[in-house]
Amino acid sequence: MNRRFTCIVCPNGCEITAELDGGKIVSVAGARCKKGGAYVRQELTCPRRTFSTSIILEGGKLPLVSVRLTKPIPKEKIFAVNELIHRQKAQAPVRIGQIVLENVLGLGSDVIITKNADRLS
Amino acid sequence: MTAIHKEAVIVGGGPGGLAAAVKLKQQGITDIIILEREKQLGGILRQCIHDGFGLTRFGETLSGPEYAQRFIDLVEQEKIEYRTDTTVLSISPEKHLTAVSPQGLLEIDSAAVILTTGCRERTRGSVAIPGERPAGIYTAGVAQTYLNLKNIMVGKKVVILGSGDIGLIMARRFTLEGAKVEAVFELQPYPGGLARNVEQCLNDFDIPLYLSHTITDIIGGARLEAVIVSEVDEQKRVKPGTSRRIECDTLILSVGLIPENELSAGASVALDPRTGGAYVDENFMTGVEGIFAAGNALHVHDLVDFVSLEAEKLAEAAAKFIRRGKLPVCGIKLVTDKNIGHIIPQSISGTKDVTLTLRVGRPLTGGALKLQQDHQDLLSQKFIKLVPAEMIEIKLAKELIKSTSEIKVVIAHE
Repeated sequence: MNRRFTCIVCPNGCEITAELDGGKIVSVAGARCKKGGAYVRQELTCPRRTFSTSIILEGGKLPLVSVRLTKPIPKEKIFAVNELIHRQKAQAPVRIGQIVLENVLGLGSDVIITKNADRLS
Repeated sequence: MTAIHKEAVIVGGGPGGLAAAVKLKQQGITDIIILEREKQLGGILRQCIHDGFGLTRFGETLSGPEYAQRFIDLVEQEKIEYRTDTTVLSISPEKHLTAVSPQGLLEIDSAAVILTTGCRERTRGSVAIPGERPAGIYTAGVAQTYLNLKNIMVGKKVVILGSGDIGLIMARRFTLEGAKVEAVFELQPYPGGLARNVEQCLNDFDIPLYLSHTITDIIGGARLEAVIVSEVDEQKRVKPGTSRRIECDTLILSVGLIPENELSAGASVALDPRTGGAYVDENFMTGVEGIFAAGNALHVHDLVDFVSLEAEKLAEAAAKFIRRGKLPVCGIKLVTDKNIGHIIPQSISGTKDVTLTLRVGRPLTGGALKLQQDHQDLLSQKFIKLVPAEMIEIKLAKELIKSTSEIKVVIAHE
């Protein structure tokens, strides 16, 4: 059986065709780099994604500050993690890399601030 | 009023302008200033909070604000002068700039002017959607400003027209912020954005993408109530009997970007109708000596990494221009066949290795991209698939160039 994948590792977005036998990968074609094969293996076992959003910034020059995950998490956990992130608030000032949630839901990924924001003086 | 003289003025403090400024400084050009009309440096990256930036430039995936901050930090380290809240009103062909800020009027004479003004979005007016004019219709970038910078949610039931990358990114953002994205409709028979964004922004969230579809009516009073969508044929004509009504309170338009060049026109810089940006040579110099352009102001890029790299190449050439007062003549024109949407630069000197950047006009499969001069192939590059969403680079070594005749860029089918 053949299954097609669009690799999301980089902007090339290679269209990869994987030949499968049961759950096993027989061959992988169409990837321009070796990350493509690893992506297909991950998609078949446990698809993972990162995402970004923002949280309320208290006392800051901006009303919001952006955050992101440091590592991809299982796709089915996106909404649970998103909900948890939205309950967080940050106090100004904040700096890039500051951790909002460490090892979120035990998934091995941190939620970090991605923008410098000063205090409203 | 303040009047000053500079070696280089950089118009626009986004990723292009920041990279150009840092590179100029590193090349020994110290008397420079960045003028930015927003309150902060960083340009559009400030609102592009998704990740995926920097893979080429830094070898890691960053969000837009983080990517911008790396360059802002360098600008600070290099002690490069910049003024925010400062809007350039006009540039003359003699490189005299007039700008305005809360401090008043600023007049600058400069040896070189660097245009890194970015691009703007096409609007409902540009695509002429008929119907009522209710509230609830936004371009994708405006919705992104509201959601990501101002903490204002613009709607709950969303339809997106156009599958450009910002539209796809916003489909995911709306979903994560609790809105229901009904569908994305695309006029072309192929997606406008990158394949990875169709996958991770639509497919992951079960948002349908309808190709060869458009919006043929907008219904609503004070607020948008519904849109009528219809299928189109190969000539983009509406297919009778295919119309259906979709209830929604918000319509997001992601229907293309246009390089911002109002200032260029005033400076007598000639624009290429294919890019909407200036004609430039291999030094990124426009038709007006000493005025340079790069980034989205020159042609709309797929990735910010390439904006930075292009602006750095511009800065290297501009530094030479500032020191010597002139640059080599670029008399070799680059022309393209109908498969190719546009090419940058549009002329070269033939005396140095160059990287050409182009986009195809429609998706192409199986063939070769060729450069020809005097009816002979200079080089041929095979490809499996080329799509308009992606920029393509070709490296052309100076040894391959045989004469000063024009170079044709063509697609040969297998």
